[in-house]
Parts: sequence; structure tokens; C-alpha cells
Amino acid sequence: MKATTNTEHAGHAADILVIRGGRVIDPANGLDGVRDLVIADGRIAAFSAVPRDARTIDATGQVVCPGFVDLHTHVREPGYEYKETVASATRAAAAGGFTTICAMPNTNPINDTRAVTELVIEVAAREGVVNVRPIGAITKGSRGEELAEIGDLAEAGCVAVSDDGRPVTNSLVMRRALEYAQAFDLPVIDHCEDLALSADGVMHEGKISTMLGLHGIPAAAEEVMVARDLALCELTGGRLHLAHMSCAGSIRMIREAKARGVRVTAEACPHHFSLTDEAVIGFATNAKMNPPLRTRADVEAVIEGLADGTIDAIATDHAPHATEEKSWPIDQAPCGIIGLETALPLALALVAAGRLSLPHLIRLLTIQPAALIKSDRGSLSVGAMADVTIVDPARQWVVEPAEFRSKSRNTPFAGWKMTGRVVSTLVAGKVVYADQ
Amino acid sequence: MNLKRKDLLGIREMEIDEINLILSTADSFKEVAGREIKKVPTLRGRTVVNLFFEPSTRTRASFELAAKRLSADVINISTSASSVVKGETLLDTAKNLEAMGADVIVIRHSSSGAPTLLARALRCSVINAGDGAHEHPTQALVDLSTILERKGRLSGLTVAIVGDVLHSRVARSNLWGLTKLGARVRLAGPPTMVPRELAAFGAEVTWSLDEAVDGADVVMALRLQLERQGRAYFPTLREYSRLWGLTRERLQRAKPDVLVMHPGPVNRGVEIAPEIADGLSSVILNQVTNGLAVRMAVLYLLSGGKSETGRG
Repeated sequence: MKATTNTEHAGHAADILVIRGGRVIDPANGLDGVRDLVIADGRIAAFSAVPRDARTIDATGQVVCPGFVDLHTHVREPGYEYKETVASATRAAAAGGFTTICAMPNTNPINDTRAVTELVIEVAAREGVVNVRPIGAITKGSRGEELAEIGDLAEAGCVAVSDDGRPVTNSLVMRRALEYAQAFDLPVIDHCEDLALSADGVMHEGKISTMLGLHGIPAAAEEVMVARDLALCELTGGRLHLAHMSCAGSIRMIREAKARGVRVTAEACPHHFSLTDEAVIGFATNAKMNPPLRTRADVEAVIEGLADGTIDAIATDHAPHATEEKSWPIDQAPCGIIGLETALPLALALVAAGRLSLPHLIRLLTIQPAALIKSDRGSLSVGAMADVTIVDPARQWVVEPAEFRSKSRNTPFAGWKMTGRVVSTLVAGKVVYADQ
Repeated sequence: MNLKRKDLLGIREMEIDEINLILSTADSFKEVAGREIKKVPTLRGRTVVNLFFEPSTRTRASFELAAKRLSADVINISTSASSVVKGETLLDTAKNLEAMGADVIVIRHSSSGAPTLLARALRCSVINAGDGAHEHPTQALVDLSTILERKGRLSGLTVAIVGDVLHSRVARSNLWGLTKLGARVRLAGPPTMVPRELAAFGAEVTWSLDEAVDGADVVMALRLQLERQGRAYFPTLREYSRLWGLTRERLQRAKPDVLVMHPGPVNRGVEIAPEIADGLSSVILNQVTNGLAVRMAVLYLLSGGKSETGRG
């Protein structure tokens, strides 16, 4: 990236930035072609009358697209600042090309009240470099018993509700949540897991868990809840969003439900389309997550779901944990991995393999997740806030966790050779990340 | 020849040559056990730490005695995994022991993979004395040694392993060891405890004890964790022992010279009838005796194995 500035007219005309010569891909507007992108006063501008002295970014050979929107980020603040903070999570997001992250409510305190939502928004405004959109809890304390004040949460700025990390076990409570949240047009995001079936589980139940002598989490633990949630979605007409779908059976049921017109959306995480349960061999705690890494057939099903529209969004489930915590024996180590800074190249690998087109991949990272939370971001429409990500799709690099912006290092991708890297990230026209 | 590894974590990752080396070295140490003075100076000045996070009588005593017979200094630490989780981490505990000069840490832990975790972080040798449902490599070596002693071979033998295979590290280590050395392994027990996936690793899986025992050269009963009843693995102890308990009638289907084995401790009358455990076919106490020689061999080989095995 080269930026040149001419301050001759500064203070008079609009502040104009031109991203020159990149392949501009904006799925929301059906745009894919080499052209200049003009940003004026932080918004996408029409393409005429660019002053000769405007600041420019040379994007020749690079892809220019809307900033990515992550529906599933564990920011950890308040309460677990030793794992991650708003400041570090948003910097990690920027480095990964994400300009909006949705903050999961399983903080301490849990975001089940307006006060916590307002705190998250306030800290994000003060210390964040990308947009942070809070997700409120479905139930008080995410205990799965009584509904949280979802109306209040919505008013305060929550874009969805979820008890993520835990399922809503009680089917009646889930039914009421799907009904009640409709008054505020909020999606209800469920973490699908039958806790009795997954009890003590450390990894996917199958050949590898049997070999390692680790308690397994069967695919059915997810599928049982997906089936229930789809039935409840159909019953209530609510907006159901299924988090981190990991197995073939879930994808099949969602596909079938969508074909019948059920109002369901779903997300998948890069690790679930990049790794199998074999990554756990050697008791790798950084391959421990919930839902767990599944089999090759499940990975294939997730990729097919991304390709055929069954899955609406790629979400990271960025889940920072301290190195000490991941140094416990695997059955005691916490679940989850960080993902903001590795999501793009893992997704680009699907493009390289011919499984997804690049515009479709960008759709899964931008306009579709943005639409789900009714965000005005995720496109390069004229007049929209200029949240823009510039990607060098050919750039090769090796994952070195010590270089992460995230406070945590828990990734199974350390040492992986990646192709494709974010070179610049802009939020409202301002560069918030520039490579090197 | 030496073991080329620093640690003994499991049988699955071992080469056949390494297993045979341990078994032949163990034979040499069996001879030491027959002497009037049972102690050799092989590991004088070395320190062996027994770090046990689960209750154990025979394995801990066996390792302690094995180390003492090799003239090593031995420390025994018995604690519960939960108390460690609350404060100091497992790794910190182990690093402290290493800092005190431990040459070998023998660890038993309820978490599968705990010894692997230590082995990666420490320079000293780590011996897995049983981790979760993962592996119990020295027990399998003991069992292989005991079968060899009686049958003269492993190749071509049919070995039935019966009971709670799902939760058994002994079953896994034996499965890997026996199949590597050419034995046929049958696994039997209730479907809730004998997962189908095991067939992928070269074992025959059956839910019928009679089928498993039929024509077997060796029948190995596994200890049943009695608390599994409460977690819906089986309805009652009565039904379990009626269907999967080893009785004299059932054993008649096996070869006449069948060996009956059990890693202990035995739930008499549950997984095995008392008259079988104490009967002529039983080599349960031979297993315990051989445990000493096998653990001496492992300690010796992991400690460099340079000096003679005390033959002189």
C-alpha cells in the first residue's frame, strides 16, 4: 500500500481518498471489476470529479471490498480482560479485515441488561478501532430460565440475542424467546448443544476420540437441538439464527427447512471448514472447541452449505483464552480458538480450491451478515459509510501467533502457510489497519 | 540397542522393535528377582518421582519397588487432580520436580494426554502410568510379557478383552500392543461400553461374551467402574455380571490352556467369578510379579540403558 497526500487544499474541500486500480467486489451491488473507489468525508462517493490532489491508496492487483462483518466474536470485556479487551479485539478484527464485530454476551457480568450493553458500546467508542455491535443474552444470566429484558437490550443497541456458550435447554423458554424477540425484529442466536449428550465431551465422538480415550461429543448433540430449534422457528415464525454449524446433519436439516420457507439463517466458522478432528491428535488443546472439529464428511457438508446458500455467513467464533488455560490437560482446558486474524486466508483457500467464487465468499463475509443484524454496513453503495477492506489475494505468509493483535495466542493454525492477506482496513474512511 | 525415545507415553506410537527390546530386557530383570539380593546399582544417583493424581496401589508400588531395585532415589507424591487444578497447574508442579533434579517422572492422571503435556514441556523422561482412558503402556507390556512367558509367542494367538473397553486405558494399550505383535484381538462387552469405532483399529467387536471367548488363547477381563451404572451404561450389576461376567461355564468355550488375565483391582463376582480369578488358568498374580521386571526394564532403558542389566 502506498499513500500519498497533498495538503494544499486541506480544510477547504471535502476530505477525499481514492483507492486506485483495485478489483472492486461489492456483492450487495453486483459489482466486480477494476475501478477506482472514491471516499469523501468517510462515505462512499460517486465516481466523478476527483480532485487531482486527493489522497490515494494504490490497490493495483488487490481486491477492494466492503469491510467484513463478524456475527460471532468473544470480546471478553468486561470481566476477562486478561484474555482480550475491546481494544485488542478490535485491532485483531482490523488486521483480519473485519470492520464490524458482534460482541457475544458471555462476559462478566453477562450482557443481559441495558447497563452492560451501554458499557460495551461506550468502551468500544472510546477504545475500539472497528464497529462493535453488542449481542444481548436471551435469558437472565444466560441461565436459560427467564427471558432477559430483550426490549431494553434492543433499545440500548443490541443487534441480536444469544446465550452463546450454552444452549437454551428449555424448549418453552426458546419458544418464548423466538416469539418475544419478534417485537424488536431481533434474531435469536442459538448455540445448539444437547448438554446431556455432550456431557464431559472433549472432542468429536468418533474414531479419533476412541483412539485417544477422550470423551466424545456426538454430532447428534448438535443435530438434536437444530431439529428442535427449526420446529420452534416454524411454530413461532421468529428469526432463528444458528451459530457455528459443524455437522452434515445440521446442514441437511437447515437446507430442507429453508426450502420449506422456514425463517432460519446460519453461520459457519473457518475452523469447521478447514480442520477435522484429526487435529486433536497429540492432545492439542488449540484444537479443542465447542462445537468440536468434526470429520472430513462434515467439513465437506459445511463447504457445500456455504456454496449453495444454506449457510448465510462466515463467522469466526473468535474465542480468546490465555496460554496458561490452554496448557491444562485437554479435558480441563477451555474450549475455543481465536479466529479474526486467520479467517480470510482460510476462506480464500476455498476459493483457490474452486469451491466458492470470490464474490460469493465476500458476500458471506459482508452483506449477508450485515443484513442479518440490519446493519447499514457491508456494502460499497454510494453514500454508505466507507468500511472497506483491501486484500492482496496472492500474498503468502506464515501464521506466527506472536504477531497477532489479539491478546491471546490460542490458534491451531500456527505455522500454517497462508495465501491472501489483508493489506488495509478502513472504517468510515479512516485507515485502521495497514500491513507493515 | 537403546530406546530412542525420551518418554514412554503409549504403545500406539511405539515401533515393534522397541516393544520387543523392552520385553527382552524385562526377561533379564526377571532373573534379578530370583536372586537373594534383588538390588542392582544400575540407577544409583538417579531420581525417580512417582506423581500419582489417582489412587493406585499396585502400579505405584510396582514402580517404586522397580526404581528401588535399580538403586534410584524415589519420591512418591499422591494427590488429587482437582486440588491441583485449583492452584498450581500440573505443568508447574512437574517443572518444580524437574528443577529438584528428577530424572524420570512417572505420572498417573485422570486426564487423557496429561503425560504427553508433561513430556513436551520437560527435559526429563516421562513415563505414563495410566492417563484417563488413553493408555497404560507398562500394564500392556506386563500383559504381553506374561502371555509370552506362558505361550512362547504372541503371533497367531486369539486374545479376548472383555468389559468396559470404552473407558479402559488398559484395553487400548493392549489392543495396540497385541495387534502390533500379530495377535488377533476380540473386544466384547455391552454396546454402551464397546464402541463400534474400535473395529477400525483392527479388533473384532462383539457384544456376546460367548462369541468372544470361543476358541480364545487368552481372556482378559477389565475392571468395571461400578459408578457407571448411574450413568446409564448398564441397568444393574446383576444383569452386567450375568451377561458379561467371566464364569467357569463360559470359559469352557475357550482353548483348554486358556490364560485368564485381569489388570486389577478385581471386582470379584462382577466381571470375573472368584473361582476363575483364583483358578488354574489365572495368571493374575504372575502379571503383578512381571510388572516389577517390566517397569525395571522401562526405567533402565529410558535412563540410557548403558550399563549392563545387572547380569554380572
